[in-house]
Amino acid sequence: MSDVCIIGAGIHRFGRTDGMTGVDQGVFAVREALKDAGAEWNDIQFAYGSSDAAGNPDTMVDQLGLTGVQFINVRNGCAAGGSALFSAQMAIKSGEYDIGIAVGFDKHPRGAFDAKPSEYNLPEWYGDAGYMVTTQFFAMKIQRYMHLYGISRETLGRIAEKAFRNGALTPHAWRRDPVALDTILDAPMISDPYSKFMFCSPGEGGVALILASEKKARELGKPLVRLKSATMRTRPPGSFEVFAPSIDVERGGSATNIASRDAFEMAGIGPQDISVAQLQDTECGAEIMHMAENGFCADGDQEKWIAEGLTEIGGKLPVNTDGGCLACGEPIGASGLRQVYENVIQLRGDAGDRQVPGNPRTAYSHVYGAPGVSAVTIMEI
Amino acid sequence: MHPIADGLFTPSNPPRLIGGRDVASGRIVFPCPENDRFEPVPLSSEGTLWSYTIQRFRPKSPPYAGPEDFCPWAIGYVELPGETIVEARITNVDFDDIEIGMELRLTAVPLDPDDQSSPAIPAFEPIGAAA
Repeated sequence: MSDVCIIGAGIHRFGRTDGMTGVDQGVFAVREALKDAGAEWNDIQFAYGSSDAAGNPDTMVDQLGLTGVQFINVRNGCAAGGSALFSAQMAIKSGEYDIGIAVGFDKHPRGAFDAKPSEYNLPEWYGDAGYMVTTQFFAMKIQRYMHLYGISRETLGRIAEKAFRNGALTPHAWRRDPVALDTILDAPMISDPYSKFMFCSPGEGGVALILASEKKARELGKPLVRLKSATMRTRPPGSFEVFAPSIDVERGGSATNIASRDAFEMAGIGPQDISVAQLQDTECGAEIMHMAENGFCADGDQEKWIAEGLTEIGGKLPVNTDGGCLACGEPIGASGLRQVYENVIQLRGDAGDRQVPGNPRTAYSHVYGAPGVSAVTIMEI
Repeated sequence: MHPIADGLFTPSNPPRLIGGRDVASGRIVFPCPENDRFEPVPLSSEGTLWSYTIQRFRPKSPPYAGPEDFCPWAIGYVELPGETIVEARITNVDFDDIEIGMELRLTAVPLDPDDQSSPAIPAFEPIGAAA
């Protein structure tokens, strides 16, 4: 079967944009993507739109044009953007359509995400006791991992240092200033072992990707960035997820394990074949753990990988070349699509100061989040 | 101290936590869900620390019902061998002395450390700690 290709990519800068709604930022991204593809809104046959907290994506037809286009809204926790992209590529693979769009945006209030026990089927006392706090989960997951596999706190700090350094090179990033390792390590602690620089923040932003059949992409004369696989998976038994009053003694794998395994199988390549990867980095430890969960290294090898700079832009496997969530923030509906946007730019060789050297041929993106969901893509040029 | 919710502690002395055993699979969870699939079982009072962190900032209210005046507390997951791994406060130990694998015993702490009449929440303390 011929491949689905990404022929246009547009982004609205992440961070805080006063005076623009989430939908406005989505519309901006769509216009950028259309321009990039050399296409018109009239050409678009279908759209999947994702937003968690900034309203219904299909309302953007008011601004883009009332063409009668099929527009489906996607809300699927932290995998919302990945789910929109998955659905869009299915629409083309099925043969129903030749060209469509996946768009994601969000605009979250300042501060940590609000969560109530009733929304998670949990008893009220769990919230009363102070446990509806996502940072506790992230901290306890990495503490366990550090204990089992000998990861140092300095390595956590180096992940944040890299994120801000890459963010400084990235026009769409929120945090554009490098932060010194000592500053990161010595900053006020939020939830041990994490200081305030080691977590990403909810934010704002918008991303749009135009997908087309290979035939349509050739007609438009665009470089063929091929989407070799897109998977979205939920958690297996024994996974460790946020807001858990108890977890099973018998430990299991993760949604990431499954999404990654199946994506590699579909693409017919392995982790050693990937040139650049964008991995979910809600906090520093997430990037560390996800290197192993996605099959790029063995548990514990990260200590050596990070010390040797293997995930730097010039390294063996550059990870989070645009600074990831740590530097870009996490607007839920847009976050997974930002990773794919960054990979498209890298594969085309258009990433400027942050370009991965040596003409990268393959790119990997990975999202993970509540309530135990993961989405992966693999692209080739 | 009165418990923060019904169905968490057994009425025995000393009390134990009440877990739920999945009638079909034997899997144990905490707390015991209120449905027919689970039957209540008293959990072991002793276990080992599986992981932990220190809550350094005051959680948002609602839902947090603790005192306005915030003092950081330790929270962890405690593995009760062969049963389940429960989330609870870790108490009667300096933050710097908390270690994964340490042996712990069930106790309870008031939600407001300065008010012994405030609701009691499950907690674990090092075995051998002064009560």
